[in-house]
Amino acid sequence: MFPNTALTLSGLILQFELDDVDSTNAYGECYRAVPVFLESEVVMAAANREAKPQRKRANLSPLTRRRERWAYFFISPWIIGFLAFTLIPILATLAFSFTDYNPVVPEETTFIGLRNYGTLLTDSKVGTSLMVTVRYAILAIPVTFAFGLGLALLVNNKHLLGKSGFRTLFYMPSMIPVVAGALIWAGVMNTQTGWVNLGLGLVGIKGPDWLNSTRWIYPALVLIGLWGIGNLMLTLLAGLQGVPNELYEAAEIDGANQAQQFWYITMPMISPVIFYNLTLMLIGAFKYFDLAYVLKNGTGGPVDATLFYNLNLFKNAFNYNLMGYGSALAWVLLVIVLVLTILLFSSSNRWVYYAGEGKK
Amino acid sequence: MTTKERESNFLSGTSKFRLWMYQHSKTLRQIGLVVLQIALTVFMFTFLIPTLWMVVSSLKASTEIFSHPIVWIPKDPQWRNYVRAFQELPLERFAWNSFVVVVGAVVGTVISSALVGFSFARLRWPGRDFLFSLVVATLLLPGVVLLIPRFVIFRNLDWINTYLPLIVPFWLGGSPFYIFLMRQFIRGLPKELDDAALIDGANRFQIFARIILPLCKPVIATVTVFSLLEHYNAFLEPLIYLNSMDMWTLPIGIRGLNDAYAANWELVFAASTVMMIPMVLLFIFAQRYFVRGIATTGLKG
Repeated sequence: MFPNTALTLSGLILQFELDDVDSTNAYGECYRAVPVFLESEVVMAAANREAKPQRKRANLSPLTRRRERWAYFFISPWIIGFLAFTLIPILATLAFSFTDYNPVVPEETTFIGLRNYGTLLTDSKVGTSLMVTVRYAILAIPVTFAFGLGLALLVNNKHLLGKSGFRTLFYMPSMIPVVAGALIWAGVMNTQTGWVNLGLGLVGIKGPDWLNSTRWIYPALVLIGLWGIGNLMLTLLAGLQGVPNELYEAAEIDGANQAQQFWYITMPMISPVIFYNLTLMLIGAFKYFDLAYVLKNGTGGPVDATLFYNLNLFKNAFNYNLMGYGSALAWVLLVIVLVLTILLFSSSNRWVYYAGEGKK
Repeated sequence: MTTKERESNFLSGTSKFRLWMYQHSKTLRQIGLVVLQIALTVFMFTFLIPTLWMVVSSLKASTEIFSHPIVWIPKDPQWRNYVRAFQELPLERFAWNSFVVVVGAVVGTVISSALVGFSFARLRWPGRDFLFSLVVATLLLPGVVLLIPRFVIFRNLDWINTYLPLIVPFWLGGSPFYIFLMRQFIRGLPKELDDAALIDGANRFQIFARIILPLCKPVIATVTVFSLLEHYNAFLEPLIYLNSMDMWTLPIGIRGLNDAYAANWELVFAASTVMMIPMVLLFIFAQRYFVRGIATTGLKG
């Protein structure tokens, strides 16, 4: 549920990537999981283009021509959609960000240069919302990750009874709609009467006011996020099952203990999956919206503690109708996400291991 | 003295312990397993209890919901809560809106991603690799960047407060993830099928519709199930594009209910339960495509 659809899809991509590699390539390639599609697809495409000598268009056979016409027919929905709903909007956001566009009085729009970006630097809410996002990410990513990996390792135990039952049921909360989930947890974490605090009360701890305390709201959000851990668990599980047994057998003969096997075999072998999930979680933190909005009715409370970057943007653009300013915020977000992605990808050479390629 | 005992006399304390561990490793492992089994089961229940609590609470009288100790079986199940939830809010209208949006968007997603995926996977044409890298790039694009201009576009088209902004983009290949999935799957199908059909005089569309599409059932099922979940839960976009109550989808409507009836938890929970039911059913019937789809089929053991 909560770590959003992107995570849901990560599992699928992993599956298909493995499917594809499995059926077409050598056995050793199986463990090159997901990020392959992000890196090599693009790289390979570029390489292929260089390798192929360009034929003159005039010499094409009728069959080729017909094939190309069909190809453009098939691709046309995407091209129209890409232009209308992606490319033009991105450029339009940039254009809007230099204006004071307000949808209520669109005819009064004027070009104001970089003033929106100037406002952005002095607007304390921007700093606050960035801090909220970063604080949440710093807490949520390691905790969620450790939890997901732990669960995947446990569920991966060969001798466990009812393995598929566990997998199914741990996945189940991911199916519950965000709004319903948020309402459940609002009830469960209710100060006096919610049963989390009743439970803590039984062991003599006075539970905090989870959702109304600027301190406890983050653990609360992380806790709620853990509920949707099913996807992370399943992708990591898929990664774990892709590690060939021979490696463990060889390590055992060499006298490696369980911890060593985990650090020197399991972790490097699943590092592509880890990398992929990390990228998604990081981007996910900057996309965080639904849960914060539903739990606190879009107020960003308590005292702006849930004013995530996205929520701040939404409020400016759609509550205050400051769409020019909202566009500037959106572009800053785009740049932040781009920089983070590039940093992650460039760091990946150092710690992500693709079997069959040797260390890059 | 058995050999084992004689050996152990020569060993130091820690080594003795390790030997003992070794001799009893089977039993120890079994004990460990039992502990793990119990721990996981307990943990799993804590995972599921919040949902169960909500469903049970939706049948309680409002005084019972937060009572001490927790009431697990309501004394007098209040089925009326559901009737009241439907009376207080046009839940059936929300459900209908959700239905239209979800069906429209899912059908569009499946058709357009299959067409586009086929073109990327099977046909060679200039610019293909570049365009495919664009598809991959849009995967990582944060959606909010597109939000404001899209809103302006839809407003100028007079589409605000209609289902169209939530459906049309998905007919135009609006889901790069699914295009990617389709392409990967189609690439794995034997190319000889296409060639044979081509020799028999089929055109590309016939190849797509008669040969490739029927073989794509597994990936179509996966795309359907996941895009269904995605569109049913969609929150931000409906929130922006649908402002009048009679157009609200379930998530927006139930949030509205929570706003207006914050004290009436039993109504909120009843409505949430209603909203959850289709997804739980989907999960039960399409479990294969969720869990096994993600975890095992691609890995062959």
